[in-house]
Amino acid sequence: MPAVQETVDRVRQIDVDQYRYGFETLIESDKAPKGLSEDTVRFISAKKNEPAWMLEWRLEAYRRWLTMTEPQWARVHYPKIDYQDLYYYSAPKPKKTIGSLDEIDPDILETYKKLGIPLREVEVLEGVVRPEGQRKIAVDAVFDSVSVATTFQKELKAAGVIFMPISEAIREHPELVKKYLGTVVPTSDNYFATLNSAVFSDGSFVYVPPGVRCPMELSTYFRINERNTGQFERTLIIADKGAYVSYLEGCTAPQRDENQLHAAVVELVTHDDAEIKYSTVQNWYPGNSEGKGGIYNFVTKRGDCRGNNSKISWTQVETGSAITWKYPSCILRGDNSRGEFYSIAISNGHQQVDSGTKMIHLGKNTTSRIISKGIAAGVSQNTYRGLVTAHRKATGARNFTACDSLLIGDKCGAHTVPYVEAKNSSALFEHEATTSKISEDVLFYCVQRGLSQEEAVGLVVNGFVKDVLQQLPMEFAVEAQKLISISLEGSVG
Amino acid sequence: MNVALVKNETGSALSDSFAIARDRLPGTGKVVGAREAAFAAYAQAGLPHRRIEDWKYTDLRALMREVLPLAPAPGTAELTRAATAAKLHAIEGVRRLVLVDGVFAPKLSELGGLEKGLVIRTLRETLEAGDAALQAQLLAPDNSNPMVALNSAMMTDGVVIEIADGVVLTQPLQIVHIASGNVPAAMFTRSLLRLGKDAGATLVESYVAADGAKTYQVHDSLIVSIGNNSRLDHVRLNEDSRDASNISSAVVSLGAHAHFNTFGMMSGAGVSRYQATIAFAGEGSKVETNGVNLLNGKQHADTTLFMDHAVPNGASREIFRAVVDDRAHSVFQGRIIVRPHAQKTDAKMMTRALLLSDEAEADNKPELEIFADDVTCGHGATTGALDESLLFYLRARGLSEKEAQALLIQAFVGEAIESIVNDGLRELAIAAAERWLEARG
Repeated sequence: MPAVQETVDRVRQIDVDQYRYGFETLIESDKAPKGLSEDTVRFISAKKNEPAWMLEWRLEAYRRWLTMTEPQWARVHYPKIDYQDLYYYSAPKPKKTIGSLDEIDPDILETYKKLGIPLREVEVLEGVVRPEGQRKIAVDAVFDSVSVATTFQKELKAAGVIFMPISEAIREHPELVKKYLGTVVPTSDNYFATLNSAVFSDGSFVYVPPGVRCPMELSTYFRINERNTGQFERTLIIADKGAYVSYLEGCTAPQRDENQLHAAVVELVTHDDAEIKYSTVQNWYPGNSEGKGGIYNFVTKRGDCRGNNSKISWTQVETGSAITWKYPSCILRGDNSRGEFYSIAISNGHQQVDSGTKMIHLGKNTTSRIISKGIAAGVSQNTYRGLVTAHRKATGARNFTACDSLLIGDKCGAHTVPYVEAKNSSALFEHEATTSKISEDVLFYCVQRGLSQEEAVGLVVNGFVKDVLQQLPMEFAVEAQKLISISLEGSVG
Repeated sequence: MNVALVKNETGSALSDSFAIARDRLPGTGKVVGAREAAFAAYAQAGLPHRRIEDWKYTDLRALMREVLPLAPAPGTAELTRAATAAKLHAIEGVRRLVLVDGVFAPKLSELGGLEKGLVIRTLRETLEAGDAALQAQLLAPDNSNPMVALNSAMMTDGVVIEIADGVVLTQPLQIVHIASGNVPAAMFTRSLLRLGKDAGATLVESYVAADGAKTYQVHDSLIVSIGNNSRLDHVRLNEDSRDASNISSAVVSLGAHAHFNTFGMMSGAGVSRYQATIAFAGEGSKVETNGVNLLNGKQHADTTLFMDHAVPNGASREIFRAVVDDRAHSVFQGRIIVRPHAQKTDAKMMTRALLLSDEAEADNKPELEIFADDVTCGHGATTGALDESLLFYLRARGLSEKEAQALLIQAFVGEAIESIVNDGLRELAIAAAERWLEARG
């Protein structure tokens, strides 16, 4: 069954040629010399006033990177990246020492204003009508290689939550950074993660102390502005015993003819009874309709449910980037821990998406759930690649996976590559790709009340996704809202 | 393990064996050239290992270690033992074609009174003096898969079956592979079935061991072409020795409005891999592939299917069941590709694994690659243990634990077995499953 017209129109609205964030901010910047060498690593480390151990850590990663080769297994094709033709560090040149928000370069403030990101704490998001009236979101804004502003610092501090650029955390909380950095995604993990370990310039650091429920949403907004620059941010979030935090991430970049590299690493750690909810709206510049330009997005995201009864939930809305290579994963180490992955990946134009998740069940009675929707249009290729594995001792492991794909037009491709590995008999895994099978009970209930099967399925899945999308800030939600009502009609596994 | 070392060791041992065997390998001219190219391709890749995506779960370097030397041609003693085995595994009402240690055994085969339009030759005579078209078809598989390349290089004998247009065979054909297993050795066979237009046939392939046969390797391949409006029913039963390896490939192509129904059961062999490529070359064709793995001990069985929907209006169904006990390991990799313009394709795949022991392992990789928008494709995969509440229900009605399990396992594999159209063959598969369950105790 082909896609319905309504869906076709909706997807067209977010086509690559409609990219709304493609403007460029003209500001002076401070750059590292082009190319990558030990000197570049030392330059970045020195720029950040890092302690010696951090520099050593970076150099070790750099040396290892030199021995590694770029992975080829994903279903993405791109010309060879010249790693010596990139700038690895770019920072807006400070006009003077920054003491408060008012002293930030007005051009940058203007950029974030255009993007609709609230850097002024008093501002309530335009058009957001919420019952509680003054819902707050703390934002860490990263411009090229550096964090330019972090809002609501004071209020967070009162709650005991540490939320700051990772470059500051390395200086101010070295014991925490040392304890956790690289423990979820080791420096040797993969080609892009190793590169990131060597040259990461900024990103966010969050630590939520035991028993604290973070009083507001935390958010980081990434913007690539400079030409020929790679962005390598590193995010580290730790929820200590019984803590809870919800974190949002958004990204955009100007419209350019060249391809730019983005290789981020995100590490999440939850201790006993803690929960982290991590949401992403990825909207890097996808290239134009001829496939020229766009961001290469090679991201390693992994969460470690280290404690018992802990939970990590990934939500992603992927609409941007020329190439997406991203597998947010959960290591379910603690007993009764839970991992979730909700994804909507839309590819248009010449975009190539190879994304999915890994659920690695190690502890007892661990559960995981994967809901993935891929929508391919234009001449794009959209691949879901997911791994679910239960180790010998992971008794009572439980997984449910549903992935649907929708093709719009006959020149695109949608692919599903699930790996389901069970190594003990009490593991119960279900993988399904036919929409009619999503919770028969609920469907039956809906159909009984007069909905058609199609409406019922749409209601169940969309209701589900909507629940997560509503957690997103309004700007992100606008983009995402368009997608949630996309009909599942004509979808294939 | 030092991969490079392993590769060199087996590589050189094998080139020696290729050199020694050369005189025994049939064919001249073009055939020799094709063999040499195939061997070069294999020698370069070596035995596939887990870092090759397609062999991720079946690391032949670890499981098989090496390719054994070519089995000597069977003598009188071997043929006598094979005859006993053939009798033991005989299926009523079929025309039996026997290969002993990879060599066609005319005395054990039934070649008399062939139906009109049915021609049976050996691979040896076809490669030595056969017509160019048959040879081309036999040499068609490319060398990208190392185990197919190895088979192309070393194929010694096999059965070449031609069924003329409009001929529907009433008697099923059975190709029996018997290993006499006097010495640890490998046999390399390739068979071909060419079904004309508006024709029909049933083909059974069996793999058995003569009494006392233990360590041996079966390297087999089957090439099938099904003409327009024709139908082929295919059943494959593997009851090789527990110390044996069986690496088999099938390459099937369907014309327009053709129908291919295939069923495979793996209960034998210590290490086995069955890799089938089924290609839709004409519109409106239909394929049903079903399989059951019944594994225990330390068995490792891998079923890898590649369904290639290259033309519009094709339909395919795959049903796969694995029952895995003890420390056995079952692998299912199913890949469906719907190529651009193959609109109105209807492809479904369902794979389920039942784990009976905490040390058993089941790996499923149901893959979809879709390039056309007006299709209905889906897949499902489940893994789990026997349902406790169902077991309890049966126990409460007086069944022993084993009996209750057996009943549930029978029901579990039943769906795949029921797809066998031929009553006699279906009964045969059911009996094989029952034997396996009884052996569990």
